[in-house]
Amino acid sequence: MNEIFSNPVLAKALPEAIVETLQMVGISAFFTVLVGLPLGVFLHVTVPGGLRPMPVVNRIVSDIVVNITRSIPFAILMVALIPLARLLVGTSLGPVAASVSLSIGTIPFFARLVEACLRDVHHGKIDAAQVMGSTRMQVISKVMLPESLPALVAAATTTVVTLVGYSAMAGLVGGGGLGKLAYNYGFQRFDVTVMIVTIVLIIVLVQLIQLTGEWISRSLDHR
Amino acid sequence: MITVTDLRKVYRQGKKEVVALDGVSLSVPKGSIHGIIGHSGAGKSTLVRCLTLLDRPTSGSVSIDGTELSSVRDSEIRAARRRIGMVFQHANLMDSRTAAGNVAHPMELVKAPKDKIRAKVAELLKLVGLEGFENAYPSQLSGGQRQRVGIARALASDPDVLLCDEPTSALDPATTDEILDLIQDLTRRLQLTVLIITHEMHVVKRVCGSVSLLSKGQVIESGPLAEVASDLDSKLARALLPLPVSEPIKGALQAGPVLEILFSGEGAKEPVLTGVARHFDIDLNVLAGSVETLGGQQFGHLRVQLGDDADRDAVLGYLRNRGISAKLAGSTADEAELSEFAPADTDFAAETGDSK
Repeated sequence: MNEIFSNPVLAKALPEAIVETLQMVGISAFFTVLVGLPLGVFLHVTVPGGLRPMPVVNRIVSDIVVNITRSIPFAILMVALIPLARLLVGTSLGPVAASVSLSIGTIPFFARLVEACLRDVHHGKIDAAQVMGSTRMQVISKVMLPESLPALVAAATTTVVTLVGYSAMAGLVGGGGLGKLAYNYGFQRFDVTVMIVTIVLIIVLVQLIQLTGEWISRSLDHR
Repeated sequence: MITVTDLRKVYRQGKKEVVALDGVSLSVPKGSIHGIIGHSGAGKSTLVRCLTLLDRPTSGSVSIDGTELSSVRDSEIRAARRRIGMVFQHANLMDSRTAAGNVAHPMELVKAPKDKIRAKVAELLKLVGLEGFENAYPSQLSGGQRQRVGIARALASDPDVLLCDEPTSALDPATTDEILDLIQDLTRRLQLTVLIITHEMHVVKRVCGSVSLLSKGQVIESGPLAEVASDLDSKLARALLPLPVSEPIKGALQAGPVLEILFSGEGAKEPVLTGVARHFDIDLNVLAGSVETLGGQQFGHLRVQLGDDADRDAVLGYLRNRGISAKLAGSTADEAELSEFAPADTDFAAETGDSK
């Protein structure tokens, strides 16, 4: 215990690393939901037989954009997107820059989860909404999204947990945060204390996210 | 009043054309309940989808009080749909909404004022007997209560026509009757035009004033309940007044001719069988029978065996003179057809669905 408090690296760099990790996860989670949710809705409603079938556009977005992005390993995608981060935020270093590649890496993942959640909404409910005179937007906003909300929250939870893992990787190429701390001090300087503390912190963070997500999802579920 | 004229719907499956509806015509006056009965695959679901405009019919027309629905432009389709309230087999309520929220749903779509919605929701829930359940979620309600919410929701847009697609098929017998009575009561009070699509003969018997039999996309029989039930040769009469399939009691009977007799209305009040026995001085044996009140009239359907010395043509003539349908039963083809419909009053489709 004493070693933890007397460790100079932990005392100096740990608070900053925690803040950086939370920044990366927070910013990229925000943008992932902001873009991934509409993208998932789009993927679901444009399939043949969907609410607004657009088979060709759906194929292009689904196969080319989503599948290709998802098939690139995150470690590679991250490095490949450094120029884009520089273009968007002016720098390739720091948690904000890392959030660019983090968001782009998880948006297609989240969109796929959203698509699956919406597919699980019983078709009879969509029929009922259409028969009572809903517009397509009303079917989406008043039936599809509210009816799948518990599942959507669970999907978002899974995505944020994935982001915590990715953010540690992003730390290695300039993102900072707990990943960088563990690598620089724990691995390269053989500081076992730093390594253990960061691992424990990441585990605690993931647990907190998972438990909170499950609690919200349960409290929204009236089935 | 809803009028369906020569409705056709053809689906394309690859190169094959599937005719789901082949010239269906119906007319249901305001304030009455019309039943549409048919096996699975007869075209019931397609008919529902065409009536609600979820599918466009290939040709033909659907009109409510003279307003044509089937040819409205896409931009007017939503207003047209609001003239039809629909009740589904599984209620199809939104799980994320309370009973009140579900009933409010159709009114929210047209952005009705909040206080107006609240008043109307309370009124409708009271109408279907669910006062005090405003804040209950569908998962907290029984199947019958969920269907009541479904009915209240269907009425929220003040429709002229209530379309019920298998409204009781997922309910137990007691709840079925409660829901049917509710539909009948609402039809009277709100002067609705009601179409009930079902595979249960019980539903037709209990609430329908008229009925159509749908088979292979065509209406093969149609008319007021009392009318179709009094025709001994109609499939609907056989389904409405089914005779149990009985094994002949061996040794107990003389080998005499078997007659099928159907009496209704005034004829049902007379002691026909004893009349025949006295008039011809013969013995009669009732093999099977079913007696029902349909559309406010008494009906009886009997299978009777005469002694082998009896003059069957004379007996048939005697019965027909008294306005009673009667015919010789017992040919094998006839028996096969009879047994097809025999247990039909419980579950029409389950017994006969795939036999054709």
